[in-house]
Amino acid sequence: MSGSLRNQIGQLAHRSILRTLRQPAQIVPAIVFPLFLLAVNSGGLKDATSLPGFPTDSYLTFVLAVPFIQGALFSVMNSGTDLARDIETGFLNRLALTPLRGAALLSGLLAGSLVLGVVQAVAYLAVGLIAGAELAAGPAGALVILALSVTITVAFGTIGLFAALRFGSGEAVQGLFPVFFVFLFLSAMALPLDLLETDWFHAIASANPVTYLLQAFRSLLIEGWNLGELGLGFGIALAIGTVGMLAASSALKTRLVRT
Amino acid sequence: MSESRPAEPRPTKMLNVARAVAWRSIHNFLTNPAFLVPALMFPLFFFVSFAGGLSAIGDVPGFDFPSGYTAFQFVFVLLQSAAFGGVFTGFAMARDFESGFGRRYMLAASHRSGIVVGYALAALFRAFVTWAVLTTVALVAGMDVGGSVGEIIALYLLAVLVNVAATLWSAGVALRVRSIQGGPLMQFPTFLILFLAPVYVPLDLLSGWIHTIASINPVTALLEAGRGFISGDPVVVALAFAIGLALPLLFSLWAKGGLRSAEAAG
Repeated sequence: MSGSLRNQIGQLAHRSILRTLRQPAQIVPAIVFPLFLLAVNSGGLKDATSLPGFPTDSYLTFVLAVPFIQGALFSVMNSGTDLARDIETGFLNRLALTPLRGAALLSGLLAGSLVLGVVQAVAYLAVGLIAGAELAAGPAGALVILALSVTITVAFGTIGLFAALRFGSGEAVQGLFPVFFVFLFLSAMALPLDLLETDWFHAIASANPVTYLLQAFRSLLIEGWNLGELGLGFGIALAIGTVGMLAASSALKTRLVRT
Repeated sequence: MSESRPAEPRPTKMLNVARAVAWRSIHNFLTNPAFLVPALMFPLFFFVSFAGGLSAIGDVPGFDFPSGYTAFQFVFVLLQSAAFGGVFTGFAMARDFESGFGRRYMLAASHRSGIVVGYALAALFRAFVTWAVLTTVALVAGMDVGGSVGEIIALYLLAVLVNVAATLWSAGVALRVRSIQGGPLMQFPTFLILFLAPVYVPLDLLSGWIHTIASINPVTALLEAGRGFISGDPVVVALAFAIGLALPLLFSLWAKGGLRSAEAAG
């Protein structure tokens, strides 16, 4: 990587991180909302552990995987809304007049998501463990959970960037939120895949990549080290990130041509 | 010299205003996919996710709801869509006041309570559309209905009361804040009170802090009565209707205060 590119990424990353940290309205819901649902679901569905075949006797441990995905969904909104605001206010047009490279712009903008991802992951894991969740993989597992959470957050962030560049409006990016929530709701979010009795729901959840992201977290929390589940989780996250980044690069080129 | 028209009685004035406000809100709801689609899709996704994804919860020891897990969750989603129909109407009201349209309503209306009544009528219409789709999907999905016609009417009556209460709550917030930024203030308490009730299993199967909170949460009585109606085994009916009537009365005072606040703001 050339010094110039590194400098461009650094400048934009600095701006993105500062902008994220200066907006409590972005950080607080992304942490509080998933933790509220964690509390409600772990209390309300505690009896699910008595179902034959349920993998753990602690529903809190099982459902602790969910906030990491919910937090990543907020990343779609945050990264996308920030970029959409840059487009709406004309900031992107001003950047287009500089020798800034597209790769620097996209990478720099994801820095805010990356920082938020770390803050979220630490908060979810800390609250979960304090509330009594187990971590079968031990302290090293906590680091892998952190890495997986950040990878997923950044990967989802690229989709936010794509949406912002494609539609150029914060409202359109916000409109994606329910769409992404559908992916979470139609996954093995509340029960393990094997215990989903309704055939069509089982089929959808089996085809839904979010199920495997959840299973990667659960493998560390419940089983210990399951390299197959972990590899699948990281692989899916990296694939989403790659596709999202390619789509965002293409949308950026189109937008800059229009400019 | 022109002959002056006789003054209209107050209820007629209010109804005229309400009809005009309701008509505009309903028209906006039906003609803008950005409003119509989420109103229909959200309850359906909740229903599909809860009834489909959690059906195994019906096998948990001690879970003995006679009409099955689909009907158990249908009642929650029905009441939830009733509440959120009111909240989304509050959003529309806040947006109207933010854009200045609400101020024009205030200047033009001969009876300003009619503005709130008009939004409430629109919220009810919105809820009826959602319930028609939700009920159809639930029946097609094989939901078992054990209640009589009268009991099912009582279930929907409870949902109407929840819708009116949520609309009046949201109207009170919208008229005080007069900006869409007040949205979380309308939405979050509603979400909180709904999800701190026995959503997934009956109250008896809850334990710990969530049991304690659910036991004093008024939504619990509404849910239990609704589930009793759909299974043909009515429980806590008097309490549920007392709560169902008390909430709109209480929130009508809140909305009236909001109207005074909007009037004072000019």
